[in-house]
Amino acid sequence: MKARSILKDIGKSLIIAVWFMILFFPIMVMKVNVTRGVAHINFRWNVLPLIGIGAFVLSFVWTKALEWNERRTSKKKIENGLINNRALNGRYLKNPALRPLILLLVFGFTVAFPFLFGMYHTNVMITAFIYVILGLGLNIIVGLGGLLNLGYAAFFGIGAYTYGLIWKYIGPSFIAAGLNPGWLFWISLPLAGIAATIFGVILSLPVLRLRGDYLAIVTLAFGEIFHMVMQNAGDLTGGATGISLIPRPWFLGQKLQPSEAATYIYFIALVFVMITIFVVRRIEDSKVGRALEAMREDEVACEAMGIDMVKNKLITFAVGTFWAGIAGVLMASQTTYINPDSFTLWESIMILMAVVIGGTGSIPGVIAGAILLKLLPEYFRPLAQYRMLIYGIAMILVIIFKSDGLIPRKRKQYTFTEKELAK
Amino acid sequence: MEYFIKLFLSGTAKGSIYALMALGYTMVYGIIQLINFAHGEIYMIGGFTALILGGFFFSKGMPVSLVLVFSILLSIIYAAAFGFTIEKIAYKPLREKPRLSALISAIGVSIILQNFVLLSQTEKFLPFPNYLPEFSWLLPYRSYINSTQLIILITTAIIMVLLTLLIKFTRMGKAMRATAQDMHMAQLVGVDINQVISLTFVIGSSLAAIGGVLICSYMGQINYYIGFIAGIKAFVAAVLGGIGSIPGAVLGSFVLGWTESFGTGYVSSDYEDAFAFLILIIILLIKPDGILGRSRRQKV
Repeated sequence: MKARSILKDIGKSLIIAVWFMILFFPIMVMKVNVTRGVAHINFRWNVLPLIGIGAFVLSFVWTKALEWNERRTSKKKIENGLINNRALNGRYLKNPALRPLILLLVFGFTVAFPFLFGMYHTNVMITAFIYVILGLGLNIIVGLGGLLNLGYAAFFGIGAYTYGLIWKYIGPSFIAAGLNPGWLFWISLPLAGIAATIFGVILSLPVLRLRGDYLAIVTLAFGEIFHMVMQNAGDLTGGATGISLIPRPWFLGQKLQPSEAATYIYFIALVFVMITIFVVRRIEDSKVGRALEAMREDEVACEAMGIDMVKNKLITFAVGTFWAGIAGVLMASQTTYINPDSFTLWESIMILMAVVIGGTGSIPGVIAGAILLKLLPEYFRPLAQYRMLIYGIAMILVIIFKSDGLIPRKRKQYTFTEKELAK
Repeated sequence: MEYFIKLFLSGTAKGSIYALMALGYTMVYGIIQLINFAHGEIYMIGGFTALILGGFFFSKGMPVSLVLVFSILLSIIYAAAFGFTIEKIAYKPLREKPRLSALISAIGVSIILQNFVLLSQTEKFLPFPNYLPEFSWLLPYRSYINSTQLIILITTAIIMVLLTLLIKFTRMGKAMRATAQDMHMAQLVGVDINQVISLTFVIGSSLAAIGGVLICSYMGQINYYIGFIAGIKAFVAAVLGGIGSIPGAVLGSFVLGWTESFGTGYVSSDYEDAFAFLILIIILLIKPDGILGRSRRQKV
């Protein structure tokens, strides 16, 4: 009986191997080369057996993995009534004895990081922090409000461009007046946040009537329009070449060396990450947060309960986009150079991916997702050309085997004790 | 007036190009409510398959008309096979999960397919030979519309009619509509939803391949990245017309094509794509479900 089922599996895998050998044949085996309008085909026969063997082995692994995944989730359902209870944060982070220790260790490591590692790693970490801020901001819109936003990079760009334009237009007169250009950074921070918020509210006004994918496509359109305007309004914004030589923040009136500045920006970013976490946590537990959660579950029912949907959607967009503006300033000051190509649809998708892969609606999840998504490609650089391929595969694997994200959101729940029930 | 007609016709041609892609998009969305980001990649793979196999047949001395027929047929088959395989691997395990998961999976597939072609072929733009016939009677009007554009226009019309017939009048079409309305209910009354969804992907991908070959013939070049932008445009067109609706996808595509054409012709050529997105926002403000989209429940 057992032998028979194994034979059956092998047969199935053989069919799959042949299927993939045929499927990948034109693209992988036949290499096209066009010279003077005539296509020449080079056959790479050595690839063919590799596809076959690869597909054969992987199909085995795939079926077993799917079966295992099925068993795992159904077992969990039975055990806990709810999925996700045995997630990483449940086991370690929420353990009262371990929690302060872990938090202290993480905090200590983060503070020591720029001193332990070089400027390169510090810079990589800054981009990761910027992503954390972006991820948490988007998480307010997507995770809490359930409003899919595919144009988030535009708000990131609005923040960066606020700083860039302030530098471009006010910077020279600022310096001429004998003032320290490092201050521009601090002036830009709130302004960028406010600018992004204003645009967020302006965008959310028309989309109030829309739902689901229609909302997604309008935000996508907004992002693309932003990109195009920045690219083409050459006189005003520097066009496709962007704005360069944006100053890094100064420390106590001192201009810093690039490596010192990196450390400084690192700590500024870290502080903002912590502020963001704090604010998002407070929002989650507030009246607005509850209303947003209700809105995500069911808009109609939520409205019937007397929750002001218009107000809530506006708040979601306003708060969510504010952090994108802040992140934009950080990004502009870190790279000292911005151009429209940093704020494309692709960027929006990457931020959304950080949220979903980390765990929509979960703060530790989004942080983990953002850091992973930024660090992995950075440290996979030796694999150069295969980097994006691996990235795509990893995304699909994560989403299939942990579809609630790496650290899923824990739903707030209240369990009755025997005593309370008896009352 | 002549300028206006020129712009109108070029917009129509553009619109029919978008429509070829938008039809596949709208079908998949109609059935499983998935924004299939990989649709553009299937289109690109369809184009590449035609380029490679067509080039092979041509170098073996096959007559041009046969090369055309074989390369289109094979690219349709291959694209359909890719669509089928992708659905089985990347979307099927996520059917019961939140919709965002499937969207992320689709983006992942899109990245993988782009890099798959990039690594196995080339990152350069390759010239795409035009095997399509040239109509001699159309030559005097060449400044208005050329043969390739006319062929694309006619193909789009035929496909739209066929799809509408398939969905309205066949048994399979009925099953598709049932699946679109309620997957579990459809299963309960005996619809094999796996089969329906697979077929939807096969049809959608075949349309993408036809689009790929025709559009690449028209543009004269191909690259691993062409699918992404084309996919976004097609999605915009599908939403514009009311996503899930087949005549809507075609109408939306034409509106998009005309907007871009008139916008670039009368206002500024720098903002071609911006006009497309602006008209989308305006139309969705007036009709939140798209031009032909009716109530949200009614799909396909």
